[in-house]
Amino acid sequence: MSAAARINVRHRDTGVLQIGFAEKRISDALLIQQIGDEIGKAVDAETKPRVLLSFRNVDFLSSAALSMLIGVNTRVRAKGGKLRLSEIKPEIYQMFKITKLHSLFEIFDSVDEAVKGF
Amino acid sequence: MTSLPPYRAEVEFDVHATGLADFEAEVDRAIQSHGYEEAVAFAVRLAIEEAVANGINHGNRRTPGKVVKVQCRIDDREIFVAVEDEGEGFDPSSVPDPTDESNLSIPSGRGLMLMGAYMSEVRYIPPGNRVEMTYRRPVS
Repeated sequence: MSAAARINVRHRDTGVLQIGFAEKRISDALLIQQIGDEIGKAVDAETKPRVLLSFRNVDFLSSAALSMLIGVNTRVRAKGGKLRLSEIKPEIYQMFKITKLHSLFEIFDSVDEAVKGF
Repeated sequence: MTSLPPYRAEVEFDVHATGLADFEAEVDRAIQSHGYEEAVAFAVRLAIEEAVANGINHGNRRTPGKVVKVQCRIDDREIFVAVEDEGEGFDPSSVPDPTDESNLSIPSGRGLMLMGAYMSEVRYIPPGNRVEMTYRRPVS
């Protein structure tokens, strides 16, 4: 599978870049690097990126994946953009709470809520 | 309730963690067959994932040929996991608190915190290259 197949990218009419994940499990170091690279390319192609990461398909994350998300957030903000996350399963959201990353990211229950006012 | 015989496993993982996902799936099934909730399976899977990643990346410094050993025992009362690498060990108290406001954007140090949060007990055996983690079923 090519690195490009690790994520799916959709440009919404509103200009928001909506990104989903092909894999249910995001913990393997190589996979995390590939996903980070792919999201990075998508972000770099935008002038002032508004990025929504949808976790609808994701059942499992490792702390390395959380680190990758922090890197994406830094990259997006460096371009004057915004990052939002949505559809995170309760057990994964618990990881965000334990690590207090829920205060670093804007997290929404649904894509519809996330794109409002984005 | 009839008790199942304990599940026991001892496995090794190389620098690529080959077979880790399959092992975690096997442990997952054993946990659920012993009547633990799905949330417990998630917690143990995460603890194994984090401990093995730490062993490979920090303990063994991704050295080809070095392995991380995992022992697992599951019975009706508790789930025990030990993870040992071939490194020099470390002092867990030296790891900065990733939840400190000034560390929130630093992309590291969360694995240990998650292991501690999800398991009932986490013990680092000196010199720190072996971690023993236990989840105890709450007394009903």
